[in-house]
Amino acid sequence: MPSPPDSTSRDVSADVELIDVTKRFGSVTAVDHVALQIERGSFYSLLGPSGCGKTTTLRMIAGFEQPTSGEILIAGVPVAGVPPYRRNVNTVFQHYALFPHMDVARNVGYGLRQVGVTRDEEQRRVGEALDLVRLSGYDRRRTWELSGGQQQRVALARALVNRPTVLLLDEPLGALDLKLRKEMQLELKGLQQELGITFVYVTHDQDEALTMSDVIVVMRDGRVQQQGSPEALYERPVNRFVAGFIGQSNTIAGRLSGLDLDGGMASVETPTGLVLNGRITDHGARPSIGDEAIVAIRPERLEIAPGTPSPTAGWTSVAGRIHQETYLGDQTEYRLATDLGQLVARRAHHGHAETTTVRSGESISVRWPDDANLVLVA
Amino acid sequence: MTDRTTPPPRAAIDRAGRWVDRAFRIQATALYLFLYVPIALVVLFSFNAGNRTGELRGLSLRWYQVAVEDPFAMGALQNSFVVGAWTAVIATTLGTLAALALQRTPRRIRAVFEAITYVAIIIPGIVIGIATLIFFVNAFAWINPQLAGIWAAIGAGAPPTIGTGLHTIIAAHVLFTMAIVIVLVRARLAGMDRSLTEASFDLFASPLRTFVQVTLPQLRPAIITGALLAFTFSFDDYVIASFVAGPGKPTLPMYVFSSIRRGITPEINAIAAMVLTVTVTLLVIVSLIYRRSSRIAAAQRAAATADAAAGTS
Ligand SMILES: Nc1ncnc2c1ncn2[C@@H]1O[C@H](COP(=O)(O)OP(=O)(O)OP(=O)(O)O)[C@@H](O)[C@H]1O
Ligand SMILES: [Mg+2]
Repeated sequence: MPSPPDSTSRDVSADVELIDVTKRFGSVTAVDHVALQIERGSFYSLLGPSGCGKTTTLRMIAGFEQPTSGEILIAGVPVAGVPPYRRNVNTVFQHYALFPHMDVARNVGYGLRQVGVTRDEEQRRVGEALDLVRLSGYDRRRTWELSGGQQQRVALARALVNRPTVLLLDEPLGALDLKLRKEMQLELKGLQQELGITFVYVTHDQDEALTMSDVIVVMRDGRVQQQGSPEALYERPVNRFVAGFIGQSNTIAGRLSGLDLDGGMASVETPTGLVLNGRITDHGARPSIGDEAIVAIRPERLEIAPGTPSPTAGWTSVAGRIHQETYLGDQTEYRLATDLGQLVARRAHHGHAETTTVRSGESISVRWPDDANLVLVA
Repeated sequence: MTDRTTPPPRAAIDRAGRWVDRAFRIQATALYLFLYVPIALVVLFSFNAGNRTGELRGLSLRWYQVAVEDPFAMGALQNSFVVGAWTAVIATTLGTLAALALQRTPRRIRAVFEAITYVAIIIPGIVIGIATLIFFVNAFAWINPQLAGIWAAIGAGAPPTIGTGLHTIIAAHVLFTMAIVIVLVRARLAGMDRSLTEASFDLFASPLRTFVQVTLPQLRPAIITGALLAFTFSFDDYVIASFVAGPGKPTLPMYVFSSIRRGITPEINAIAAMVLTVTVTLLVIVSLIYRRSSRIAAAQRAAATADAAAGTS
């Protein structure tokens, strides 16, 4: 019988801790020296492109895979060699993995039956769990007769009913259509806050990660690229990959022409001779003058005005032309052909009808403040 | 290109197509008639009220009564049921276990065993009959003197001897029906979602409990089908049984075959019709089980991928 990791270690604030964990499958390194501290009650997202090791990381926490090296702690207790059925962790599988030969109530009560909960208690808790996911009255339904969204909720109830220390979710919304996915995102987040259970959530959808997470871990090729709050990742991506993966960025390539490592500032000179000043986001980096670097600027920081650029201190201004204009409902996106190549600008509509002052094909000036420049050296 | 040449008139194409269609239909009909008319005649003539097989003189259940009251026929029928039932039980148990073991075997070894399994199904009954007979004869020729020696040593009187009998038929039948069970269960295992067992582990069920609560129920259709097919094959088999049967204990097909040598009586038709009923019933059950389980699987897949628009309820 599973014994929930005992309460002597309850004061540890990290619910799940990965210490320098590596997992190899033959010659493939699926997870490469990953270190994570997942705090109690937080919503943690593992975000990254296909094959970057998200599922493998989750499966090691669940106990389906053993790390090749490194250590995993759940509620402060090392779990090396502990089989999945003795870990107080539950998983919501990507394709739900509901038992087809059991009805909804028996599916949800499965975990409770394994640990010898009385029949009355099982019934009560299954009822509560189904209430929680708004599926009361579905007890006796066949799981394969339910819609995808309903199956997803059953899978969620089946995991939550056990009151796990940590809930692992592997792209739980991947099979749902966009509208339903948006709804379920809010519901999941609401549930997580209400129950205070630690969620480790795998997704390759950056919007999903941004809207739901307390902490996002961006992974690539088995390595953690950056972890932090959604704001931190958006405002201060440490490298090109993160800048491109979280939100959209304009990138301008050049070489470092000035460095102030203590102040975290740098200047980048483009091949056209323009010098851009900005912050170095990666504090661990030790670049030197002449190194290749990228300046990333978020589209919403670009300002567009008709006419020719007039140089202002603390601002970068370039001349250009509106190449294409796309109305996106709450905002408009402009594709600009400029001296620095193609740039994308975005302007939000603040409730009132936009009085557009610029038109496609028109000559314009684009400018942005220096603090919008993110200097990426990797 | 084609716009310059005149295409063949449409009506001609249609006419040719119709002829081809008709030819195929006639051919198919002829084939089915050839297959099923003899069987239908056997069933029809089993209700013959007359004395001779050749002419139909009214319908009655007279020959069924004769068959049921024939102690030899009923003895043979009982033998067949005993052999079929034991074959089904043993072949299903061993076959399922073998399939589960194969699942955990390294791929290369598994490939070898899979090939052997298929061979066991393909091998002609006559080869299995000869091979098992030779095996049994040699085995008994070795075992019986040993038994005699032991009995003589302990002075326990007349030693038992092991010979052919129903048990040897069962053993030979298990040999090839087990292969069928292995194939069926393997197919089901391969189609089974691995995440189901993982979900069970994840929900605190030990490997044993997972096997009982998740794996076995998933395999149930294949196991039942395997058992029914094993029974059917055993019940119908003449060739193998005729090699390894013991003296004085024929199965029903053996009895029928030996009676035919004395001339076909309407009684034989009645027995054949009864055998046919048993076999067809079992096969219908098998196909119903399969239809049901594949329908459920399809529904599951459909629900898991294409989400219903009404999923917000
Ligand atoms: N059991 C396994 N055997 C061999 N290689 C594996 C195994 N599981 C995963 N891998 C490899 O490890 C790498 C990471 O896989 P993983 O499933 O963790 O990726 P992921 O981030 O979940 O991707 P996705 O978004 O496509 O689900 C991949 O290159 C994959 O091929
Ligand atoms: Mg994955």
